[in-house]
Amino acid sequence: MRRLIALLPLAVFAVVAGYFLVNLTSGRDPRELPSALIDQPAPQFALPPLEAVGKPGLGTADLKGQVHLVNFFASWCVPCRAEHPVLVRLAEQGTVPVVGIAYKDKPEASAAWLGQLGNPYGRIGVDLNGRAAIDWGVTGVPETFIVDREGRIRYRHWGPIDPVAMEQKILPLVKELQR
Amino acid sequence: MTALLRSLALALALLLPLAAGAVEPGEKLADPALEARARGISQHLRCLVCQNQSIDDSNAGLAKDLRVLVRERLTAGDTDEQVMDFVVQRYGSFVLLKPPFKPETYALWLGPAAILLVAGFGVAVFLRRRRTEAVVESAPLTEAEKRRLAALTDGSTP
Repeated sequence: MRRLIALLPLAVFAVVAGYFLVNLTSGRDPRELPSALIDQPAPQFALPPLEAVGKPGLGTADLKGQVHLVNFFASWCVPCRAEHPVLVRLAEQGTVPVVGIAYKDKPEASAAWLGQLGNPYGRIGVDLNGRAAIDWGVTGVPETFIVDREGRIRYRHWGPIDPVAMEQKILPLVKELQR
Repeated sequence: MTALLRSLALALALLLPLAAGAVEPGEKLADPALEARARGISQHLRCLVCQNQSIDDSNAGLAKDLRVLVRERLTAGDTDEQVMDFVVQRYGSFVLLKPPFKPETYALWLGPAAILLVAGFGVAVFLRRRRTEAVVESAPLTEAEKRRLAALTDGSTP
């Protein structure tokens, strides 16, 4: 019994060290916070279109009826540039409609950026003052939401989507929701 | 005396920028009472970009947007709680620098007290056991020992 008590500090240390080890090696970015809006209806918003691109604007009503991928982007955002080809490929496949919200970006800069890299978005809303992004609980671009047929937010991807995240998380969930 | 006053004034003047936080002059409300409430609320809301600063202290773009939003809601007539709820609805309880007391946070609020109780109990058990060990009753003297003791003390009176 006494020997067991002597080992107690070691056991406590092992538990704490194990906790740190798991969290340090999980590869999870501690800046990523869980979204408060999962399973909530998408917020009420109505954003004007990006004139130069010739696609319609985006509002809450446009998200009903089928599954959508809602992507917040900006031409000044470097990770958005990294993620962009993944979105363009997804739009080419036509699996799920991709819609975009230009976050605090000059409309002409967004348009030039999309002209250069290709436009995956069927609808684009211009969120000049970032107020719609606050309603969506966005902490920074890029962020991507999967919205189901009823217009409820089902998933939030924080940061750029890489091909692995697309294949393993986003596409399976989209297919499940489309069923 | 004037030297003292002068250095005090200098110290206050140097501290002034600290008290101002990151609030830009253009954001301030004309009504000082509303502005004071806005400052109070902002100091309890976490900046979600820097995460260890309040939006009142942070220069991040999102913090500025939230400061402006807080002031807009107050001007529109919201109570402090309504403004807080508005932000919590969008970003979750993590935006509150002081976590609320609710079932998910019981461990956070009560954990330290529980650890103190358990540790205190352990210390009490340890001390009690040590005391009882220290006052172990010695076996009573046998008749022969008593006689020997009496002989010794009788023979050596100081």
